[in-house]
Amino acid sequence: MTNTVTEATPESAVAALRARYRLRHVFGRIGVYVAAVLAALICAAPFLWSLITAFKQNRDLYNRNNNPFAFNRPATSDHVIYLFDRTAFGTFAWNTFWVGVLVVAITLLLGLPAAYALARLDRPWAGWFGVAIFLVYLVPPSLLFLSLSRVVVLLGLQDSTWSLVLIYPTITIPVSIWLMIGFLKAIPRDIEEQAMVDGHSRLGAFWRAVVPLAFPGIVAVIVFAFTLTASEYIYALSFVSPSAEKVVSTGVPTELIRGDVFFWQSLQAATVLVAIPIAFVFNLFLDRFITGFTQGAVKG
Amino acid sequence: MTHVDTPPSQRATAPGPPRKRFADREGALAWLFLMPSVVYILVLVAVPFVLAIGFALSDVTTGDPSFDWVGLRNFEAIFDDPVFWRSLWNTLIFTGVSMVLIVILGKVLANILVANFRGKWLVRFLVLLPWTTPVALSSVAWLWLLDSVFSPIDWVLRQLGLLGHPGAPLGSESNMYYLGEPGLAMASVIAVHVWRITPLAAVIMMAGLVAIPRDLEEAAKVDGAGYWRRMFEVTIPMVLPVAAVAALFGAIFTFTDMAVVDVLTNGGPNNATQVLTSWAFFRGIDGGDVGQGAAIALFLFPILLAAAIAILRAVRRMEVG
Repeated sequence: MTNTVTEATPESAVAALRARYRLRHVFGRIGVYVAAVLAALICAAPFLWSLITAFKQNRDLYNRNNNPFAFNRPATSDHVIYLFDRTAFGTFAWNTFWVGVLVVAITLLLGLPAAYALARLDRPWAGWFGVAIFLVYLVPPSLLFLSLSRVVVLLGLQDSTWSLVLIYPTITIPVSIWLMIGFLKAIPRDIEEQAMVDGHSRLGAFWRAVVPLAFPGIVAVIVFAFTLTASEYIYALSFVSPSAEKVVSTGVPTELIRGDVFFWQSLQAATVLVAIPIAFVFNLFLDRFITGFTQGAVKG
Repeated sequence: MTHVDTPPSQRATAPGPPRKRFADREGALAWLFLMPSVVYILVLVAVPFVLAIGFALSDVTTGDPSFDWVGLRNFEAIFDDPVFWRSLWNTLIFTGVSMVLIVILGKVLANILVANFRGKWLVRFLVLLPWTTPVALSSVAWLWLLDSVFSPIDWVLRQLGLLGHPGAPLGSESNMYYLGEPGLAMASVIAVHVWRITPLAAVIMMAGLVAIPRDLEEAAKVDGAGYWRRMFEVTIPMVLPVAAVAALFGAIFTFTDMAVVDVLTNGGPNNATQVLTSWAFFRGIDGGDVGQGAAIALFLFPILLAAAIAILRAVRRMEVG
């Protein structure tokens, strides 16, 4: 009898301990989920509110006693249709898109070779040069917009979307070089050396061996540069005033507000329509962006 | 740190005929690769910067673009204007308060995002929204969220009985007028900045968290260090350099941004939320006085320079660590 007792004690102790750990684990999991849901809700709250607003009827929206989070009258897509049919939103979106594409192209064309030179060509000044380029990113548009708007006038580009194509690479090139240095350093040197042994020149090795391998990183840079371009506000506001030449970030806040009349549903629809695709694409490349940031910074 | 690569000169004299084609000369190639970027940035950043200093010392206006030297008269004019001092003060407050909040909340958010859970993809997508959305558009969403009459926040407060009846804790009026009261307007602008930049700070700090070697944490665990001890003696010191970078990014974005102020309050009520950039814009572009606008904008520079030096130091510390 005494035998079974001495055996039972450790067993029950083990069971109790196991139960305690399981409980702690369960609570930990619940905590993680609660925190994650809360963070997501806080970050997305204004957009959720925009989404609800976009489909509300006027009589529903402009009644202070209605529950703002519910549809007290049937949902309507009239205001979303209005956004596309009766406002220049389509033009703004198209302008943002083609400006972004051209700026990204210029950025890669100039930035990728520069990043390669700093990452691989073993110049003694590569280190501080890289830092100097990064610091340019910190010279903000707010310091330059006045003189740049005079430069834009001198070049005859005032009130043209092309002024943005010219100026935006000054924002995207420095940060893209910084990110690409990280991606390029992650590629083993053997690969281009092998390509050179195989008879390629340094230039050929760069183009045929390094660029294809760096391609995933390059895509991440494309996404990042496009996001920066789409978000820019001060230059777009100071260089371009005709509505047909505006981009989304200035067109929506200025053109959809007539005097004191706000087209709230259409405004909110525009916000959601722009926000979701950009965040979606960015999320696809988030992990790559994180590695780029550490490699560029840590392995100096 | 030390590359064990053979220098190019030795490589060329190694077995086989020395190849001296242009495409192989690394020094020339490095310059060829760098030149376009350097020229682009010199022409469109360095030159405008010098030009901005010139404008600040001249009487250039949009109507009369001829350049006449006026010395420090623009600076005297802006110093005499109380709105300038208000803007400078607001800029510093906005930046300081946002920076502290961004670092703390960014660290919390980063810890959530590195954890493993189902639906992580969706959570990350929603968390990224504030940062990836063009700032002018997310400010429009906030403008409606903080509307003086139809704000859903006010509706919730009214339902909870905190607002809108005599003796309610937040006042008997039916609305809070977030953007109409100076104090609340400032708090709103700060809240939007923090909301917008925290995801970026979190992403930067995730990079730092991911880079901490796992064994370090485990060694501390084996040695009997508890969660908080590990947090304060292992994780935080390791993340500190990255946190500094995140803080400075956040500071610079807040410091130089005017979209939030412009869309939400347009500097009001009564210049209570005016910042240097928006004030320079009103003076230089809307008011057409390029000289004064440039003088106001130049005030950003010394503070930015200090921030840049701090970033440099943080980066160097990371390289050593």
